[in-house]
Amino acid sequence: MRNLFRFILHNHVFFLFLLLEILSFIFIFNFNHYQKVRFLNTSSEITGKVYDSFSKMYDFFRLPAINRELSAENARLRSILGVSGTPGEIADSLVSHYPSADYQFNFIPARIINNTVNRQQNFLTLDKGSLDGIKPEMGIITANGVVGIVTHVSPSYASGISLLNTRWNVSAKLSRNGYFGSLVWDGKDYRKALLNDIPFHVDISAGDTVVTSGYSVFFPEGILLGTVESFEKGGGDNFYTIRVILSVDFKAISYVEVIENIRKSEIENITRRNGTDEITD
Amino acid sequence: MFVTLVLIQVLLLNQVNFGGFLNPYIYVLFILLLPVSLPRYQVLLLSFFTGLAIDWFSNTPGLHASATVLMGFLRSPVISMTTQRESEQSDYPGLHHTGWRWFVTYISILVVIHHFFLFFLDVFSFENFFRTLLRSMASTVFTVFIIVLSQFLIFKE
Repeated sequence: MRNLFRFILHNHVFFLFLLLEILSFIFIFNFNHYQKVRFLNTSSEITGKVYDSFSKMYDFFRLPAINRELSAENARLRSILGVSGTPGEIADSLVSHYPSADYQFNFIPARIINNTVNRQQNFLTLDKGSLDGIKPEMGIITANGVVGIVTHVSPSYASGISLLNTRWNVSAKLSRNGYFGSLVWDGKDYRKALLNDIPFHVDISAGDTVVTSGYSVFFPEGILLGTVESFEKGGGDNFYTIRVILSVDFKAISYVEVIENIRKSEIENITRRNGTDEITD
Repeated sequence: MFVTLVLIQVLLLNQVNFGGFLNPYIYVLFILLLPVSLPRYQVLLLSFFTGLAIDWFSNTPGLHASATVLMGFLRSPVISMTTQRESEQSDYPGLHHTGWRWFVTYISILVVIHHFFLFFLDVFSFENFFRTLLRSMASTVFTVFIIVLSQFLIFKE
């Protein structure tokens, strides 16, 4: 016994090294179930504050670009409404004006205060939290399309996984003919993603738009994801490998909207009763 | 210095990447500049907490911590490997204290180890092996460059 202690004491550096590495790896593998990890993420108040104050400064230098973005979105919304700028007729609540969302979705505006594009699992942090009504598993979009989904919230900040995350995929469809598959990022280029599960007999051409299918509870139907860049027949299976140019420029997003699906629990209950416990998105 | 390096890393350098390819990680400088005579267990613990601090800000629990701990563990073998026995070494690693040739060798070896481990752990497969290899090589060069630059700009005599 004493020899054992002496051995450990003699090699204490090595054992400490092993211990710390094992600890790190426990963190890494637990994070695969990212929903379970309650600590060490950027929704915490401290990291949120740091990112918040810095991004305010950063955003200041990007004001021209942000203004352009916002005015383009204004113009788009006005054309959907068909109202020529009479403020009295516009509802002041944040009810969705997207084509197919019959008052099922609420939109909460937020600002991205931290965002990465260079890792395999990319995350973002928002400056709104549970006090503003944000809950985990809400979708995040911009005027240009889908950005990600909220995973953690603190009272005044929220963090989420971005579409640029190899462990997450979105239910998507080709808007021209309605065939659906899943859009997944392959971890290579932040501007491109892959659309899988589209069978060979479907007629595709470059430039087709890819939108959300509406089958998931996170996003309304018809939110833009990107356009088809190229497609090829993969070896072995009956599905195309389709390369999609993402409509959102993930390096230049700042203002987003968080989507609350009012009927989410209702839909989930019914899906569960069907025996398909899993909701994949 | 710890706080400054962590903030520089998470606020500035995490945003830096050229085509999603080059990511410098200069927070390792904190571990590299620790006095040579510091007990090894302290180096390991400091490495762990430095990595964890970066992880906390970048939603990657354990990733940077494990890479930095590995680097902290290999620090003293690398120091004894690269140091000539006869020459008197300063206790504080630095371009001006210990000579640029030794310093660049020392940081290059450790940064290479750290970056390779980090990038391969991040991808977590040997798929696209050469892509990841190239990524870590390019980022290593970038990190070493910034560290040497910082020696001229900030850590002057």
